[in-house]
Amino acid sequence: MITLEPRPAPSRLMAALSPLLAILLTLIAGALLFALLGKNPLQALRVYFLSPFDDAYMRAEVLVKAVPLALMGAGLAVCFRANVWNIGAAGQFTLGAIGAGAAALFIPATSPFAVLLVPLIAGTVFGMLWAAIPAALRTRLGVNEILVSLMLTYVATLLLDWLVRGPWRNPRGFGFPQTNVFPDWAGVPLLVEGTRLHVGALIAVAVAVGLGLMMARMLRGLRLRVTGAAPRAAGFAGFSAAGDVWFALLLSGGLAGLAGALEALSTVGRLQPEIGAQAGFTAIIVAFLGRLNPVGALLGALVLAVSAIGGENAQILLQLPKNVTGVFQGMLLFFLLACDALINYRPRLAARRMA
Amino acid sequence: MEAFLAAMIVAATPLLFAALGELVTERSGVLNLGVEGMMLVGAVCAFITALSTGSTALGAVAGAAAGVAMAGLFALVALGFSANQAAAGLALTIFGTGLSGLIGAGYVGVPLPKAQPLFPASWAEGIPYGRAILGHDAMVYLAVVLAILLWWFLARTRGGLKLRAVGDNADSGHALGLPVLWIRLLATLFGGAMAGLGGAYLSLAYTPMWGEGMTAGRGWIALALVVFATWRPLRVMVGAYLFGGVMILQLFVQGSGLQIDFPAQFLSSLPYWATIIVLVVISRNLSSIRLNSPASLGKPYRPDA
Repeated sequence: MITLEPRPAPSRLMAALSPLLAILLTLIAGALLFALLGKNPLQALRVYFLSPFDDAYMRAEVLVKAVPLALMGAGLAVCFRANVWNIGAAGQFTLGAIGAGAAALFIPATSPFAVLLVPLIAGTVFGMLWAAIPAALRTRLGVNEILVSLMLTYVATLLLDWLVRGPWRNPRGFGFPQTNVFPDWAGVPLLVEGTRLHVGALIAVAVAVGLGLMMARMLRGLRLRVTGAAPRAAGFAGFSAAGDVWFALLLSGGLAGLAGALEALSTVGRLQPEIGAQAGFTAIIVAFLGRLNPVGALLGALVLAVSAIGGENAQILLQLPKNVTGVFQGMLLFFLLACDALINYRPRLAARRMA
Repeated sequence: MEAFLAAMIVAATPLLFAALGELVTERSGVLNLGVEGMMLVGAVCAFITALSTGSTALGAVAGAAAGVAMAGLFALVALGFSANQAAAGLALTIFGTGLSGLIGAGYVGVPLPKAQPLFPASWAEGIPYGRAILGHDAMVYLAVVLAILLWWFLARTRGGLKLRAVGDNADSGHALGLPVLWIRLLATLFGGAMAGLGGAYLSLAYTPMWGEGMTAGRGWIALALVVFATWRPLRVMVGAYLFGGVMILQLFVQGSGLQIDFPAQFLSSLPYWATIIVLVVISRNLSSIRLNSPASLGKPYRPDA
């Protein structure tokens, strides 16, 4: 019988090892899953986790996929640290795409505002506004932000659906539910010609490093950490809990909006019902895999981006259903949470107690 | 009106199952945010079982069993490893959404014969709204009976008292000699079975077919219903029927031929807005929430052996 015995202090070693252990366990469980699906496990794992590194284009695609995950994961890491549970990043992402789309579609090319910064800001602001709803309801009325932010995700999806099928639909789009292609001025500059890798990658790195510094070195970071870990102590220190809730939600909402704006302007190039908002849920796993540390979220985003690109390859090469990726992601978070028990507890082989 | 009531009751049933299950889980102090995932896996397992055996009842049992298995996974991580319950619940929903899509990949859009009404049609004659009340399949009534039984269990029995004690203060419960983690495990598994039944009702009777992500947020609405009902089973029932009404409003407006120039997407978003509004309204009555919410909800517990 194995029991868990509390450690005198949390183990720093395990905190660093736990994600690696969780990834290893996910690979083993994944091999079993592939065997069950009648595929050669080694070949399937190769496609999933190594094929994304096969050529330069594929490697760039991994980074493209990682940009929104890193932006949202870093924001959520800060948010979860403060014990604020924004799980509606997907909705804020969608609103960000809508905001950026509105700016790109309706600002005439001759206007002085026709520069890329404007749709990016519009997207960020829209994401913040969407996150401001759960923030206002939580701070003013004590309404649970988990449920509100999630409900607003469904509303956001329907809003986008209405816009692209109704008022914003391209009249010459052969009835497809999509808007006009965005004008050239709203395009995101590429970093590497011949790939889709855009400057969003630099923004994501800058944001993650900036937030990492904030959490580690600045008063705001301390406040958020104390509020999350010990709300009563934060109250005694005079930290306003409401202020931290607002900050955490606006920050993560704004970053999700920025991610949505970048995604709509770069890889999609127009608005349509499917713009990859699902990444908002994947970003939750990114945040945990990155130890709720914004810089860690960069690494977490890379891991999940590899598996997402691998999943797309597996669909084509092995006819594996696309849902396998979701199963993988869920398993990864499960294993991670279980392995995290080793940070605070030591497993011990104990003889059954005689009672 | 009769048709509206009948449809409302049908739409409310999956919510009622899932919310009652989550209510018991939360009363024991465990917050399981994986209801949506458990419902989806329950729905797909129930559908496939019913399709291959031809028995709706077996399908429902399979749905409940699948829900239990999913809840067991959550319990292993959240109770066994004392993990953060919110995160473990989210993992369960992400996992369940993927898994249900994977299992059901070959079954999308295959129709299933509709479940039979429990009572003969002749019974309904002469009773006002008889068809709305008596014209349903067995699971609709099972949900109502369970709501009443749960009220009785929680309010009037020793077992219910133990469950609530563990949910309010795990340390005191432990000091009284209650097996805290076992009680929480049972409550979590019961929640899984009920969420599975709710999902099963969707794929066996409500639609009846399987579609990816067919729960469309019902698991989350069920979570909100528990708060709305301030953790009381009979109020969950009222809330579920209310939401059933909101959910089918859309179909009735579209089918009524009323010339309202109102985008379908706005009507579809009504249940989600309604959830938010309901949470706002209930939070104005803070004392009621404080009195009834399980005091140690969401806090992991590990007995220091």
